[in-house]
Parts: sequence; C-alpha cells; structure tokens
Amino acid sequence: MSEKPKVAFYWCSSCGGCEESIIDLAEDILKVVEAVDIVFWPVAIDIKKKDVEAMPDGSIAVTFINGAIRMSEQAEMVKMLRRKSGLIVAHGSCSHLGGIPGLGNFWNKETIFNRSYHTTPSTENPDGTVPLESVIVEGEEMTLPAFWDTVKTLDQVIDVDYYLPGCAPPRDLILNALGAILEGKLPPKGSVLSPNKSLCDDCDRNESKPEKLEMLEIKRPWEILADPEICFLAQGIICMGPATRTGCGERCIIANMPCRGCFGPTDQVYDQGAKFLAALGSIIETNDEKEIEKIVDTIVDPAGTFYRFSLPSSILRRRRMEAIK
Amino acid sequence: MMVNIVIDGKKLEVEESTTILQAAQQLDINIPSLCYHPVLEPYAACRVCVVEVLVKGKTDVVTSCNNKVQEGMEIQTASERALRARKLNVEMLMARAPAAEPLKEIAKDLGIEKTRFEIEDPDEKCILCGLCVRACQDVVGAEAISFVERGKNRFVSPPYGEPSEACIGCTACAYFCPTDCITYEDIKGRKVIHSELHLGPETAIRVPIHQAVPMVPFIDEETCIHFKTGECKICAQVCPKDAVDHDQQDEILDLEVGSVILATGYKQFDASRIAPYGYGHLDNVLNGLEFERLVNASGPTGGKVKCANGEEPKAVGIVHCVGSRDENYNEYCSRVCCMYSLKFAHLLNEKTDAVVYDFYIDMRCFGKGYEEFYHRLLEEGTKFIRGRVSEITEVPLTPEEEGRLIIRVEDTLLGALRRIPVDMVILATGLEPSVDHNKIAKTFNISCTQDTFFLERHPKLAPASTFSDGIFLAGCCQSPKDIPDTVGQAGAAAAEALALADKGTFELEPITAVIDEDLCSGCQMCVNLCPFTAITYNKEKGISEINDALCKGCGTCVAACPSSASHQKHYRDEQIFAEIEGMLIE
Repeated sequence: MSEKPKVAFYWCSSCGGCEESIIDLAEDILKVVEAVDIVFWPVAIDIKKKDVEAMPDGSIAVTFINGAIRMSEQAEMVKMLRRKSGLIVAHGSCSHLGGIPGLGNFWNKETIFNRSYHTTPSTENPDGTVPLESVIVEGEEMTLPAFWDTVKTLDQVIDVDYYLPGCAPPRDLILNALGAILEGKLPPKGSVLSPNKSLCDDCDRNESKPEKLEMLEIKRPWEILADPEICFLAQGIICMGPATRTGCGERCIIANMPCRGCFGPTDQVYDQGAKFLAALGSIIETNDEKEIEKIVDTIVDPAGTFYRFSLPSSILRRRRMEAIK
Repeated sequence: MMVNIVIDGKKLEVEESTTILQAAQQLDINIPSLCYHPVLEPYAACRVCVVEVLVKGKTDVVTSCNNKVQEGMEIQTASERALRARKLNVEMLMARAPAAEPLKEIAKDLGIEKTRFEIEDPDEKCILCGLCVRACQDVVGAEAISFVERGKNRFVSPPYGEPSEACIGCTACAYFCPTDCITYEDIKGRKVIHSELHLGPETAIRVPIHQAVPMVPFIDEETCIHFKTGECKICAQVCPKDAVDHDQQDEILDLEVGSVILATGYKQFDASRIAPYGYGHLDNVLNGLEFERLVNASGPTGGKVKCANGEEPKAVGIVHCVGSRDENYNEYCSRVCCMYSLKFAHLLNEKTDAVVYDFYIDMRCFGKGYEEFYHRLLEEGTKFIRGRVSEITEVPLTPEEEGRLIIRVEDTLLGALRRIPVDMVILATGLEPSVDHNKIAKTFNISCTQDTFFLERHPKLAPASTFSDGIFLAGCCQSPKDIPDTVGQAGAAAAEALALADKGTFELEPITAVIDEDLCSGCQMCVNLCPFTAITYNKEKGISEINDALCKGCGTCVAACPSSASHQKHYRDEQIFAEIEGMLIE
C-alpha cells in the first residue's frame, strides 16, 4: 500500500460538468495522480459502494462532491463519505449553492413529475406511469431512492469543510485547492476557495462604467449586439457581476456574455439574489411608479435570473409549498 | 482752443466748441428755449432762443442753441432786436400750440398777452420741436415716431397713425416733450406695470414694484434697446447721479460660510394647467397675485378694481383650492389660500359694490384671529358656496348671462348644480416648490419630501434644520406657510445658525455607513445613489470611499451594495439577523 493521501470524487444531482472540470486539468491530472491515490470516482473508476463502506472511517484525505442533494440515495452516499473522509470539499455551484437543479425548488415533486412524465410535448406515456419508491414485481419488492420536494445544498445535509465555487470550477482554482490540501496550507474551515471580492474588482469593463450608472430598459443578451468593451449594466443587460464572487477569470465576460452569478455571493452577503435586486433597484433611473413597473416587467424570469444558482442556499430556500398549484 | 467773448457786457473765456446758449448758462444768463435739451443735438426748431450777436463788425440775430461762439463775439441776449425776433417767434408758436404751458410762461415773461395770428386748435400743445422724434430715432433707436406731412400740416405720429410695433414703451418721447404734449399715462391708464403679471407693456428700465427691496430700478436686458443695438443709453444720460451703468455684469462671489439658511420660496401654481377655468384666455380670470397687484394702491389702476373693459365688476367669484387639494395637481393644502381669499373678499366688499361669491371646499382658518375674520366676512355679506368649481365659461344660456363669466359649480350644501354669472373670477392659486428646487436640493445635499418641498430633519423636533448640518430652512421652501409661520421659522433657523457659529464645531452623526476596503470591488453602484454626495470612487485603489463628514447614515448605499462591502455602523446585517432570530424565539 502506498503512503499517498487518498482522494475521492463523487457526484450527486449534477450535469457532469464538474467531472469534466477534473478531466479539464488535462496533463495536470497526471501530477494529481502522482501525488494522490484516487480511491473512489464513479465516473472514471469502477469501485462500488460496498468497497467504500469497507474503508476505515476517516481514511480518505479529501472527497470532492459535486451536485446538489435532491434524492435520498445522494444523502445516504454523502453521509457515508463524510464518515470516511477527513475533508469534504463542495465542488461546483450545485453542491455549494444548489445550482441549476436548485431552481427545482420553485416547484415540488408532484409538479416536477407531472411535467416530466405527463405534460412535456415529447412525453409518450399513455399509461401514466411514474417512478415509485417501491413496487412489487412477481412478489418481490423493488425500490428506488426517494425524490425530495426540496433540493438541498451539500452543507444542508452534511458538514462541509471547503467550497470550490463555479459552474464548473475553473482548473486554476481546483489545482490551487488540491495544492493547498496536499501542502496543508489550509484557510479557515468553511472558506470558499476564491477571492472574497465581487467580479467587478477583476472585470476589465469596470472602468467603462459611466459616471452615473442607470438603466432605463432591460435587454436580454440576444436582443442587442453588446459592445465588448462596455459594462453590461451600462448597456441595459443584467450582469450579476457586482453581486458575484470573483475568481472565475471572467470567462463569460471575455466571451461577451454577462455574469450569471455561478460563483455565488461574497462571504458577507446573506442572499445573492436579494442583494442584486437591491442594487438593480437603485440604478433603475426613474421615480415614477408606473415607469418602474414598465421597466421591471421587461425582466424575463426574475426569480430564475437573480437566483439562477443560489436558490437553495438563499434566505428564500424554496417557494412556499402551499403556493404551488 | 479758448476764445474770448462778451455776453450782455460780461467777459468770458470758453472752449471754442461751446454754443452761445451754453456759454450764457455758464454766466447764469437765462435764454428761454423750448427745443433745447443737453442730451440731444441742438436742432433750432422753436427759435425762441434767438440772440443778437456782433462778430467781425457785423450784427446778426441767430439761434443760440446751435451756433457756436467765436473769438471776439459780443452777444446781447435781450437786445431790442433779439427780443423782437423772439416775440414774433413765440407768437407764431402760440398760434400753433396755444395750450402749451411752458410756451405760455415764456410769452408771459416776454409780455405777450395773445398772439396776433390765427389759432387753429386751441387745445394743441405740440410745438413741433422734434425732441420726441429725435429721442426716439437718435437716442433710443426705436424709430417708432416721426414727422408726418409738411408745413402747417406737419405733425408727429407713428406710421399711418397706428400703434407702432417698434415702440418699446420706453416713454423717452414723453420725457423729452417740453410741452407735455405726449403723456404715457394714456396707455390704458397704467404707469408702472408688474413685469410678471402681464398687465401691459413696460419699459426696459424700471422699478419692478413699488414694494421692491431695494427700491431701485433695474434694466431688463431682454427688452433694453442698448443690449440689442449698442445705442440709446438715454437713461444713463438723463440720470443726474450717473447711477446707470450698462456695463455692470453679474458677479459670482465665493463666500465661505459656516451655515446656510435656505429661504428660496415657492412658485405660484400655473392656473392655465386647469383648462376648464379658462385662465390665460378669459380676460377677467385672474390668479391670486394678479388680483393682489390690481387691488394694490400703487398698482396699475391705483387700487381700483376694474375689469379688462375698465368697468367695475358687479359680481366677483373667488375660487379656492386651485391646484391644491386636488389629486390631479397637488394633493397637499397650500394653507394660505383660504385666508388670502377671505382678504380679497373683504377688499372687494370694501372697495366695490360687487356681490362676492366665495367657492370653497372647507374653510381652513387655522391661525390666530383667522376664524374671527371669517365670521366678519360672513357678516359682510359674502356669499359662501361650498363646492368645487367645475368650469368657468363665457358661453351664455340666458340673456342675463350674456357677456359675463359663468361659474359652474355643484353647491354641495344645496345639493344642486348652479350657474353663477360674474364679471371677474379670482383663482386662489396654490403654492408649488420653486422652479429650480431640485437643483438647490442637489447643491445643498438636502432631500425633498414626496411633494418635493425641502425635507426638514424632523417634522416636530427639528422643523428648521435639515439632514445636512449647517443647512437650515425658512419659509415656503420647506412647505407652504403664511407670513407669521415663515417669520417664526426664519427666526428659529437664524437662531440655530447663530448657535452653531457660537459653538464653532458641530457633531457628526454616529451612525454612518462604512465601506470595507477589502471587500469593495469598486462597482460604483453606490456613488451616484448617495443623496449627500458623500461617496467618491477612488480610481487608484479601485474602490469607493465614504466621506465621514458628509455621510448622514441614510443607509441607501448599504442596501444597494451588491457585495455588502458597505455597511451601516450599529446596523450590520449580522446584528439585524440576530435581532430577527431573537424575535422569532418562542
């Protein structure tokens, strides 16, 4: 047996992009493999649950978990990994904040199932079959994990030591995190492993902000040809940059797309969506209520825009169950 | 060059450019004249100033106003020959303008009782001296009047005898006319006219109103001919104290002061915004200030209440709450209109025999002695009608409404719609914030309330101060108020300013906002939000910074900061969440 520290990767409710982010390390992954033993990584190596269960508690140095927690099986797995691991890193927006799957919190199990298995135009389900947690087939009970009404962030289910933000986290941040863990140069527990300033701090367009930043109408990116030099907000496009942690390398901005907020808020902010709304409200340049209403009406899907990645971790958490029809 | 002359036996040395008349004046020798004025070039039209001169051995009778002195000239202002010529000239003038008073005086001095010549018009005053024409053409440059026809048919007139558009109403012609033939009172009987009230034409230099402080004339550059052509300056020439200076410029002074009292006042509600009231196109619909001016003893009619046709009104309607207490215009009560309306009603009762109708929503007689005044009006016979006027029209339905203004109103006490014919309507226009109110607010870093009057620091405990230290409020800029309230508030503001000056220091607000340098990303959302301009963006550091002395702790930037880098001392998010959590503990 080698003395190399053991590392595990696991995925929950996610798209697979975070797995890609590991692969994206390219040749650097070889250095990682050189330095550590990867003991569990369902997407890449064939190790079963029972193999992990057999490992002594705390034997894995660090486990990177991506994806939100929306099913009982995911909760069970992460709880087990918590026991087996010294450190747990929430990898990517979904485990950190809830992410895109977290938008499911505007609905519940019933409405999501209804949409998925009955009403989508591509669904062909004449018998109206839906997945059940338990079904008797030829006298035998077969079970499926429970699908929850509410998507949770990783730290709402288990204790999390560090967070790697991003959808998906950029390779520099992953390498820095791995390096820090291997060298034992760790920040205080609970840190998000990215600078605690908002994106404007690094954004090349920040200097292009006009003296008086104001919005008179709100455009979606496809509606105009955005000037690649000018602050998106000054162009009438909602950019979550001011309310979003930096460290991403402004990937979207460089591609001439506004920030969508995947890095989540800075440490001192309780609710990214609410904070951005407060800021946006302050730059809508009119005092006339009807005018304000008109401008606000041009925001398509405000909840999905301002809470795109952070709904389960926000103060809102989810839509009130009784409000869902 | 100086020349030596003798006038009536007295020797004199004068400049050779001097006229005989001017030289005589130096010796206090009076040569009568009518058409001479030092401001204008001599014209020798009246020929009353003739004198006998002896120069180079020859004698001659010449006009003294335009002939210059010569070396060795001997002048006799009252020789037999000169007097004979002068008498003849005066007699001829008397035949032309027998009603001219100064001419009569000169005639009397010369011992002429009546003219030998035929008098054409016993009321004529014009001696055709041309002073008025020359003043208008040479000095003012307006060229509104000139001589018309020739010989004995000659007269002074604007072109074709019509009122001239070129006339700027400067009244210079009347000023120069030696025989008072031209009088400007004739212009609708008005002399000094309030510039803002459009009650008639006005001169370019004028005293705005008789109550003006300081009581000095000003020059309206918009209408002054000098500022159009560079000519005229007639006012400067006639001013005996040389007080008129056309080159005076506005000066911007930088004063360092410790406190400022804002008393920027209000703007009268523009009644033409309420189209059904007809203000602006119905002649006898006046607003409050216009009636105030009309009824003023020093006003255009000398205080007589007159309709546009010059007649005294037989019935007058006073409409309350014009532009106030009306959700279409201003929802607030302008506070002063009820009482000034009652004053108008009282003045009308006192000065005219008109029936006075007073249309009110409810009477707000809140001040000391005000309710008593209202009761007095009730006894005086003013007809009070409770209801908001819907329309003022000149379209009659009955013969007695013909040619009058008809007030349409719902009398809410009678429960009936009424049409009341009157001759004059006074709209009790409300008070609005002054035109540049927002600019002033921005300049002094103070806030406005919803109806945009300046916001006081506290409605009860600090009604004269603002959220900006050292900025105080007095009068209608804070909210509509009457004179006693304004004087009271102004006194309070002055006392507070003095108290501050006495102390020499002022206390800063302890609860202010702070921007955490380490957290600020320099997104600049906050910079323009700050109502006190306390936040600046530091380009070098790439962060925004708060000036502690300016910050009033309003918290606007704290709410807007998208990364919570700006926080309010003693009201941090953690503290508020802890409070909420505490409240939610069962």
